[in-house]
Amino acid sequence: MATVRLNVNGQNRVVEDVDAQTPLLWVLRDSLGLVGTKYGCGVAQCGACTVHMNGNPVRSCQIPAAAASGAAITTVEGLAKADGTLHVVQQAWMEHDVPQCGYCQAGQMMSASALLAQNPKPTDADIDAAMAGNLCRCGTYHRIRKAIHSAAAKLQKA
Amino acid sequence: MNTVTEARLAAERHVLEILSAAEAQVPASAATFSRRSFLKLTGLAGGGLVLAFWMGDEATAVAAEAAGGAKSFAPNAFLQIAADGTITILSKGPEIGQGIKTAFPMIIAEELDADWSKVKIEQAPINPKVFGRQSAGGSRSIPTSWDQLRQAGAVGRAMLVSAAAAEWKVPATELSTEKSFVIHKASGRKLAYGALASKAAALPVPDAKTVALKDRKDYRIIGTSIAGVDNRKVVTGAPLFGIDQTLPGMLYAVYEKCPATGGKVKEANLDQILKLPGVKQAFIVEGNGRTTEVMPGVAILATTTWGAFNAKRQLRVVWDETNAATDSSNEILEKAQELAKLPQGPGVVRADGDVDKALASATKKVEAFYSYPFVSHSPLEPMNTTAWVKGDTVELWSPTQTPDPALGLIANTLGIPVDNVKINQTRVGGGFGRRLMNDYACEAAQISKQAGGIPVKLQWTREDDMTHDFYRPAGYHAFKGAVDGYGKLTAWANHFITFTVDGKVPANSSNYPADEFPAMLVPNYRVTQSLLQLGTPTGPWRAPRSNGIAFAVQSFLHELSVAAGRDHLEFLIDVMGEPRWLEPRTEFALNTERAIAVIKLAAEKAGWGRKLPEGRGMGLAFHFSHAGHFAEVAEVSVDRAKRLTVHQVTVAGDIGPIINMSGSLAQCEGAVIDGLSTMLGLEITIEAGRVQQLNYDRYPILRQGMHIPKIESHFIQSAYPPTGIGEPSLPPVAPAICNAIFAASGQRVRTLPLVKSGYTLA
Ligand code: FES
Ligand code: FES
Repeated sequence: MATVRLNVNGQNRVVEDVDAQTPLLWVLRDSLGLVGTKYGCGVAQCGACTVHMNGNPVRSCQIPAAAASGAAITTVEGLAKADGTLHVVQQAWMEHDVPQCGYCQAGQMMSASALLAQNPKPTDADIDAAMAGNLCRCGTYHRIRKAIHSAAAKLQKA
Repeated sequence: MNTVTEARLAAERHVLEILSAAEAQVPASAATFSRRSFLKLTGLAGGGLVLAFWMGDEATAVAAEAAGGAKSFAPNAFLQIAADGTITILSKGPEIGQGIKTAFPMIIAEELDADWSKVKIEQAPINPKVFGRQSAGGSRSIPTSWDQLRQAGAVGRAMLVSAAAAEWKVPATELSTEKSFVIHKASGRKLAYGALASKAAALPVPDAKTVALKDRKDYRIIGTSIAGVDNRKVVTGAPLFGIDQTLPGMLYAVYEKCPATGGKVKEANLDQILKLPGVKQAFIVEGNGRTTEVMPGVAILATTTWGAFNAKRQLRVVWDETNAATDSSNEILEKAQELAKLPQGPGVVRADGDVDKALASATKKVEAFYSYPFVSHSPLEPMNTTAWVKGDTVELWSPTQTPDPALGLIANTLGIPVDNVKINQTRVGGGFGRRLMNDYACEAAQISKQAGGIPVKLQWTREDDMTHDFYRPAGYHAFKGAVDGYGKLTAWANHFITFTVDGKVPANSSNYPADEFPAMLVPNYRVTQSLLQLGTPTGPWRAPRSNGIAFAVQSFLHELSVAAGRDHLEFLIDVMGEPRWLEPRTEFALNTERAIAVIKLAAEKAGWGRKLPEGRGMGLAFHFSHAGHFAEVAEVSVDRAKRLTVHQVTVAGDIGPIINMSGSLAQCEGAVIDGLSTMLGLEITIEAGRVQQLNYDRYPILRQGMHIPKIESHFIQSAYPPTGIGEPSLPPVAPAICNAIFAASGQRVRTLPLVKSGYTLA
């Protein structure tokens, strides 16, 4: 058992007495109570567990917590501003009424927000490439695509 | 019969009960219920002046400042209006992604004439005595609740109007309502609902059946697009789902069952498991042998989910498989092909006219064998439940589609009275029929009990989820059909090969509905069945039965129109014949006029008959299921290497008036993607009773970027009462696409998934 130091959503967090190999996903959920990040497969197939590590989208079910130490981690709970202003992706998700069951959507939005941060005007092909790792069992893919385009348009104006 | 089989059969019966309850056409009758316990139960007492409307014989509205003054009521839905104008509406059914938590309150708010921006939605507690049916399944939520919810809103509106009439001393008939205001046009006065709340509370409640309901043309909320009421919580990652629940002192549990259904624990390396980091308890659970409750297995409780998952990987169990399933997909297929050679099956589902005679005298005959595989539900949130047994009571937090029947199952599992079971409904990360079963909730309760009454969150792994599903049964159809010299459909024989547990009746969701299309539309029509023994559990999957049958039936119908040399649109309309209701002539039956209307609409919107380039084609399919009439046209391209592009799917449906346009379009989009995903590449195979696909790597659900077609949906908003949208748009997807593949390439698809015959997405 080890002590793991993490920086999550801008805050330094110390997790004591944890198996250093525990995937970041479970440390976020069980130790830090950040349950917005979801478990879907545990084998990097579904993307429900996607978070940002230094701005890059990663599957948190595949990253041992110890390996995340020192990195800046952002989860869906950290996507909005501290004052509650939603991220442009979250706003677009609401405007397009994207969620059905909603279970995949935290992962979808983390992939989408990372995409827009790196590529503010993605083409459909860019969206395909960036979002292919995120399954949606309910089939919300059209609305996800529309929401990403409209978030991108908003970013252009801003 | 041994006890194992008896338990399996009891489980089967239970599932059939759930299915018939889910498909029941009337809401459960509401029992009398004391107001005190009601307020206690709902937690609505106290906190400002609120007006609670009750519905029922003895009903009186009450200013509920405190939970005193018990009186007998029979409410079947309710809402409350606070003095500040806030309207709280309880949504009684599980939200599984079908949008019911938004649609139900829209109906109440419409009849109340509420200002939607002032409406707050809360999940109703689970108590079927108060709310009637609280399950989500069979696309029955809307049709079974339509009158109940409209009346709930209308009673509220009528009382607010009466209160205003008394206040202004004018006749109620001179008053109108709009957006949470009562208005007296003649004098230009208006009063807010909130200001009238306490006055209205003192009035007697009118009989719900006597209050006037709105005319459809006056709807302001129903039919509009309203975004999901919990969207903000979803996009900010709030703890909505079953998997997100925690309790103080809770342990995280996993449960290992025999991968072949019915195996018992002989021995397990529990001593080793107990030494692993974070593991607090590990024990054998005997179970009661019911797949719908608790099958035998080993429970491990740890301080974290990962600790439990990790320990589960090191668990070694020796199973006693004396009574376990031994199914093999390959053997099943061989047997089905053998049986298909028989002229018909031993069981008769339906026999109209004289099929053999009609076949003998036919101008053109077609024979074909169709098959589709077992599939899994695999909702993205794996099964889980948090349970806390305290003495002879239990409280659960569960993502279930059927909380009301779950109460009885859990009571049976624990051997306690049903009134001692409390279920808190969480948001559900996908249902698709999987969560009509409550096995995982029963397991969580049993584990909490055996662990000594501590709170536990049972979390299945994805592998557990795919190993222990109630699979959509595979199906095999040996067809014979005929057309006469005029190209008219004259004979239809379908030998359906399906599954059984008891050797007598079909296993659950494996039965063939006697009224399934095209029953009653062909003069000489016969469906017979043969039963294959199966040990692996089956169950309802989105649009149960129709999801597979439609592929076979609507594809074979196209084979017949091709044989007749007729255009499929014209042929299909001809098959429908005169405008009429088929038996049982209720709104849950096929109406040929409604069918023709959606078929024509889909064809028109898709541009049916348009000249298309080589290698490109259109396919049309209709299907009636779950009270919904749906026709779909697919436009596809196929090249020589069987690379397939589905350009567009055009959906036309008649489910009466649409409640929430955004939600309804979303359901159609989801159904088309689900249908395409499943027909293209999804298959569960079983060997030695063990499912072979354990995670998404071998169960490739459609992804963004895998050429997802354009989807256009159109609704005929007919005057019939509204029915559900979650399921009926799915069945036509596969046959429409397969008929389009034929049009594009001349290749007939008779086996799903498509990858088996070499198709891939371009
Ligand atoms: S849970 Fe990490 S990718 Fe599925
Ligand atoms: S919204 Fe249900 S899995 Fe994506």
